[in-house]
Amino acid sequence: MRAVCDRTARIGRDAILALVTLRNERVRLPYFLQYYRQMGIDHFLIVDNGSDDGSREYLAAQDDVSLWSTNASYRRARFGMDWITRLQRLHCHGHWCLTVDVDEFFIYPFCDTRPIRALTDWLDVCAIRSFSAMLLDMYPKGPLGAQTYREGQDPFEIAQWFDSGNYMIRRNAEDGNLWIQGGPRARLFFPDDPKRAPALNKIPLVRWHRDYAYLSSTHMLLPRGLNNVFDEWGGEKACGVLLHAKFLDSFAVKADEEMLRRQHYGNSREYRAYHEGLSREPDLWCKWSEKYLNWRQLEILGLMSKGNWA
Amino acid sequence: MGVGFIMLCHTAFDRAAQVARHWAERGCPVVIHVDARVHRHGFARMQRLVAGVPGIRFSDRHRCQWGSWGLVAATLSAAEVMLRDFPQVNHVYLASGSCLPLRPVPELVRYLADRPRTDFIESVTTEDVGWTVGGLDIERFTLRFPFSWRRNRKLFDASVRLQRRLGYSRRIPDGLVPHLGSQWWCLTRQTLQAILEDPRRAEFDRYFRSVWIPDESYFQTLVRLHSHHVESRSLTLSKFDFQGKPHLFYDDHLQLLRRSDCFVARKIWPQAGRLYRSFLSDKLAEKSPAEPNPARIDRLFSKATERRTRGRAGLYMQSRFPRDDWDHGRTAAPYSVFAGFSDLFENFEPWLGKLVGTRVHGHLFAPDRAQFAGGETVYDGALSDSAALRDYNPRSFLTNLIWNTRGERQCFQFGPADVQDILPFIAADPHAQVSVVSGAWAVPLYRSGGDFTTIRREAARLQKLETWYLSVLRAGWAKARVRVWTMADFVADPMEPMQTIIDEITPRALRRPAEAPRLVDLTGFGRFLQQLRNQGMQPVLMGDFPLEDEPLAPPRRARPAGTK
Repeated sequence: MRAVCDRTARIGRDAILALVTLRNERVRLPYFLQYYRQMGIDHFLIVDNGSDDGSREYLAAQDDVSLWSTNASYRRARFGMDWITRLQRLHCHGHWCLTVDVDEFFIYPFCDTRPIRALTDWLDVCAIRSFSAMLLDMYPKGPLGAQTYREGQDPFEIAQWFDSGNYMIRRNAEDGNLWIQGGPRARLFFPDDPKRAPALNKIPLVRWHRDYAYLSSTHMLLPRGLNNVFDEWGGEKACGVLLHAKFLDSFAVKADEEMLRRQHYGNSREYRAYHEGLSREPDLWCKWSEKYLNWRQLEILGLMSKGNWA
Repeated sequence: MGVGFIMLCHTAFDRAAQVARHWAERGCPVVIHVDARVHRHGFARMQRLVAGVPGIRFSDRHRCQWGSWGLVAATLSAAEVMLRDFPQVNHVYLASGSCLPLRPVPELVRYLADRPRTDFIESVTTEDVGWTVGGLDIERFTLRFPFSWRRNRKLFDASVRLQRRLGYSRRIPDGLVPHLGSQWWCLTRQTLQAILEDPRRAEFDRYFRSVWIPDESYFQTLVRLHSHHVESRSLTLSKFDFQGKPHLFYDDHLQLLRRSDCFVARKIWPQAGRLYRSFLSDKLAEKSPAEPNPARIDRLFSKATERRTRGRAGLYMQSRFPRDDWDHGRTAAPYSVFAGFSDLFENFEPWLGKLVGTRVHGHLFAPDRAQFAGGETVYDGALSDSAALRDYNPRSFLTNLIWNTRGERQCFQFGPADVQDILPFIAADPHAQVSVVSGAWAVPLYRSGGDFTTIRREAARLQKLETWYLSVLRAGWAKARVRVWTMADFVADPMEPMQTIIDEITPRALRRPAEAPRLVDLTGFGRFLQQLRNQGMQPVLMGDFPLEDEPLAPPRRARPAGTK
């Protein structure tokens, strides 16, 4: 991994950071950066894994981005986590860090009226170090290819829908975290093999310490206490959601490509399932799909919670 | 006549200075105390920010750790400056750097001028407070606290336990009755002066130095010695969450704060620019002399605390996952499980649905798929009918269904032929109303008329399963409302038990079934059971069925409605 442009000297003492690994996401980048800048992210630390679509050049030109580049194997770098962990150790100690993918959009309570610093300040006051946000798969109505995503566009103008109440949760005794599966991917791509349905539990926002590490993607952390983002006595802790803009027209292309690259988790089993599913031109939408409005809707549906933040 | 403010600051100096200037420029003197832990640059900055404004003073600096004597010492120093330098001040208002005035200064001045002898300070005896941090009330005054509660919780707790065990107790100075209350008060010059000039002040100060969190008790206790008129409430709106941390106010609280009619609120998030702009504006309309009314804000915060501590019953999600033995709301709402009914009645599901006014499911736990009402393949919340998904986590399946359909009673069929894993969960759920006609599973077997050896084997299997689940439903730990009839008893008079179940589902509805559901033709069923016996199987769960059909033939129609 080598630095393409290292602007980390500009990171202020209280800066809130975002960490991203990506490959060939040029069309998504403008909206992604705009979304998180508006939320109050001060600096982006990005690892580019061999893009050849202009992503690297675009990112290098952004003032609030520090960019590294590598052509090494995504899979052998623990699906990019090794790269991220290194950047976190070097640059994130003491900072609030949001680790996301380019297609993940963080939603937290009051995100329409309060910047992310209001949240992190509150978490500091409450001595909370980690904040969970479940991945919520968003999808359009009709075949994925029917609407084309344009650069700069809000992806949720297209992928407006989600599954509101089919999530399966169990406790992972070993690491003390919850394992959440479900949503349209389980419903459509894994109805006969639910065990293989992708995990949706994520803990993307952490007040970083150089001794911390993500274990498997952002699903789990060490030390284990950081996974303790849920209440066991009936109460609700504050938490958010990562809106997942995976299912756009570009998805079919991506699924084909990843099938060949085999760089994803479980030998790209997931992509294989999509690939097979996609060749049937599926519509992820069903009549019980919920149309996205705002965070309050997600709160009422029980997908996230304000906890005691008021 | 006038009011002066003491302002305790340790951070966010821009905002503190903004508020201090606001008050001072409108004729209210301000004495600022800056925490001694703040670096001299910070202090210099604060001085710069209010430079040139007449009516602002700084007082001697003390170290103000949470819950320490320093906060009281700081307040006392500042009060001395205030009383010495500003003789026109009749009321002294204690505020912090994160306070924000919500009403125009003249309104507060007038309000206090109308009550010249009143001390506004929350002051409650230790027996009457329910909010103390750490659960200590009177012991704050009688134990010693050598360790920090925030930094050395274990040592703190151990030392408290040790003192309790040894029966240690400090003497409270004569004449003092310990009182507690919010540390944000507004006292009259007379009362404050009396406290400062009390001949026993040195003794009191020495005593309170080792009281725990003296800023919540020093003035609250001493005011009882000197005040003629204590109004036991704070003029500052300040709410604490369940961990004793103050709630913060943000821009989106603007309307709520406006309508509260409170004079001052804390804590304001320093970056809540809209709040500062709005409330420090001179355009703020003066209102009628309303009394502060923080009820709506109280409600907002108490709801937040309840959400955090109790949560929403029956919801399982990323931040709420009650332990297995957590019984308060395993599911979100009551629901009904029927075993055997759809075997005995030809049109049970639509009949029940019409009567109760809900969609009635078939066997949700059938081996091949979840039989949602109306044959749906996906149900509320995008719940799939896939058996594999359901059986992968049956508990999530059921709790999701009940959560997704909040407001609509869920009724479904169950039987020994279904996947049984969910049963212990249902049995332990007080929301479950389980009605079983035992042995009714034999009816479809009887009517199937297939190969008898297969039927016999299946009958033995189902009987074993039903015996097991009846034992689960009847277990000592079971909390479901369970009713079991043998098939023989039930068939003899089906409407009586049906009415009981339906009354329970719709207690207020006066609806009586207009027509009874159609019982299936049981001619020859007694002979069928005998045949099983002849093959060496012992059907026991049906109850005593007559061998021949005479007593039952022709199959009885259930009694019509209202003829109990």
